Amino acid sequence: MSGFARILRKIAEDRVALIGLVLIVLLVLVALFAPLLATHPEDVWEIHPELRLLPPSAEHLFGTDRMGGDIYSRILFGARLTIVIGVVAVGASLLIGVPIGLLAAFYANWFGDLLMRISDVFLAVPQVILAIAIAQTLGPSLPNVILALSLTYWPWFTRLVYAETKRLQNEVFIEATEALGASPWRLIVLHILPNISSAIIVRISLGMGFTILTAAALGFLGLGAQPPVPEWGRMVAESREFLPMAWWYALAPGLAIFLVVMGFNLLGDGLRDVLDPRLRKSPGRRAAAAVRRGS
Amino acid sequence: MYLLTFIVKRLLWLVPSVFGIIVITFVISHVIPADPVRLAAGDTATPEQVAALREELGFDRPLVVQLWYYVQNLVQGDLGESLFTGRPVVEDLLGRLPATIELTLVAMIFSIVVGIPLGVVSALRRNSLLDHVVRIVTVSGLAIASFWLGIMLQLAFAMHFDWLPLGGRFDGFPPPTVTGFLLIDTLIDGDWEGFGNAFSHLLLPALTLAFPALATIVRFTRAGVLDVIQSPYVLHERAMGFPPSVIVWKYVLRNALVATVTQIGLLFGILLAGAVVIEAVFDWPGLGYYAVNSIVMSDYNAVLGFTVWAGVIYMLVNLAVDVVLVLIDPRRSAA
Repeated sequence: MSGFARILRKIAEDRVALIGLVLIVLLVLVALFAPLLATHPEDVWEIHPELRLLPPSAEHLFGTDRMGGDIYSRILFGARLTIVIGVVAVGASLLIGVPIGLLAAFYANWFGDLLMRISDVFLAVPQVILAIAIAQTLGPSLPNVILALSLTYWPWFTRLVYAETKRLQNEVFIEATEALGASPWRLIVLHILPNISSAIIVRISLGMGFTILTAAALGFLGLGAQPPVPEWGRMVAESREFLPMAWWYALAPGLAIFLVVMGFNLLGDGLRDVLDPRLRKSPGRRAAAAVRRGS
Repeated sequence: MYLLTFIVKRLLWLVPSVFGIIVITFVISHVIPADPVRLAAGDTATPEQVAALREELGFDRPLVVQLWYYVQNLVQGDLGESLFTGRPVVEDLLGRLPATIELTLVAMIFSIVVGIPLGVVSALRRNSLLDHVVRIVTVSGLAIASFWLGIMLQLAFAMHFDWLPLGGRFDGFPPPTVTGFLLIDTLIDGDWEGFGNAFSHLLLPALTLAFPALATIVRFTRAGVLDVIQSPYVLHERAMGFPPSVIVWKYVLRNALVATVTQIGLLFGILLAGAVVIEAVFDWPGLGYYAVNSIVMSDYNAVLGFTVWAGVIYMLVNLAVDVVLVLIDPRRSAA
């Protein structure tokens, strides 16, 4: 736990990472307390045709949508979906990607090669395109979007774990442990995983941002959750036919996506600075200044 | 000579990779719950007619056999017929390719021309106001949903100010096709008005598409320059009294750009994927728009053809990038 506290303290010292962390804590709080924070919690399901497309006001902070739903309340509930999408998709990619990466690194024969080739092929098609193809073929629904994202994101973990494990395998302490007769299991659990966990954590944070952004794009194309589920990407798509009149309709959900993805990206970048000693703040500042001055 | 073996080796790797893409997309697109044959046959078709069409299209055969036929046709450059337009998928894709390439290239050129200098200046003036502004823009570029950015730009510049068209590629009759790129074809035609017309249509989608790419290029150029500028040879050049501009733009940049050029290959993937969504937002008649429409209509052959194409184009671009990398940094060809 002291390690965790240390990381938290370091994040608090890094302004950029701190902004990211604050944004994500906000997201989690909003998702947890959505029923309390929402001014019209019933609007997730109910329709009020007489209240449709009202501009922002004290009663409806972000205005109302085409069904008369309060956009502010719907966005709060959408935060829950966003968290579920990110956590499940990245979690599943982690469970698929990490073991495959470890296997490929430990079996340095045709089998390891094959595993890496397979993950390369997945990376050879732009991910969004593959995700669209999968989500479409499985039928538009939220679980299918999550499945599509998991099926396309795992190779990033595989590549990372493979590269990091290969690097570690050349280290003397790993060779020594091996020479002492440690089983591969012991090696992986006690020595490899703890040493590559920082890199994996950074990738998880960036992966959350990427998956949430891609899920929103799939939702926008109509492949995700179906109405009246308050999915942010879908809400942007719905707003299009009411532009430019109902500008607030498009503005709010897009901003919500932006802030959340920004939070995960900033936190990921900050964590990389904090956790990865190789990339710790470089002394480049002085050199850069010197070249600029021409001294 | 060394470069040639390198290229040949990489080209040979393309074959299993393309086959892999086909297998993945084929398997995925054939476990569809929706029945494309029934969709193609129409609502009024009798069960017998559906069965006949199924046999005609070959959907009644085992998956492996279908895969075999598909690969056989693919080798001959035949991707099958679109179930909806009724035209060969290759023709459909070829017809829409120039629109997408024009859009992607303009976005790519914009992000390189603006991004590299911005990254260099940002690195040289690290922690200045400019650097902070650039970093905020960079971080935003990777966090913003491109469909939303596109809609916001439409809202501001097309709807509110009415300066630019809302979507599409050209108003009225396009110029005679020579290259398929409207910006060039209008110039060949000597039609300046048409050029402006094409350009005004291109501006918003290209900017939307370029934003995340620009962010990536700035980021990697900045990191690359910061990294290289500390190296002993830069110190040496400074000691020799080289002018700072020569050191930065000639010697530092060449080494700093290695990371950026690698990214440009990956960026092409981002752009290609981004084009799918952005073409849908701007009604841009390219590959992405076609792909989205085919997806909506469960058009197997079209979706599969598009995915294979996207994969192949992406791999070829990355091969080209690797060749450029070897040219910049000859040590790499040994790897």
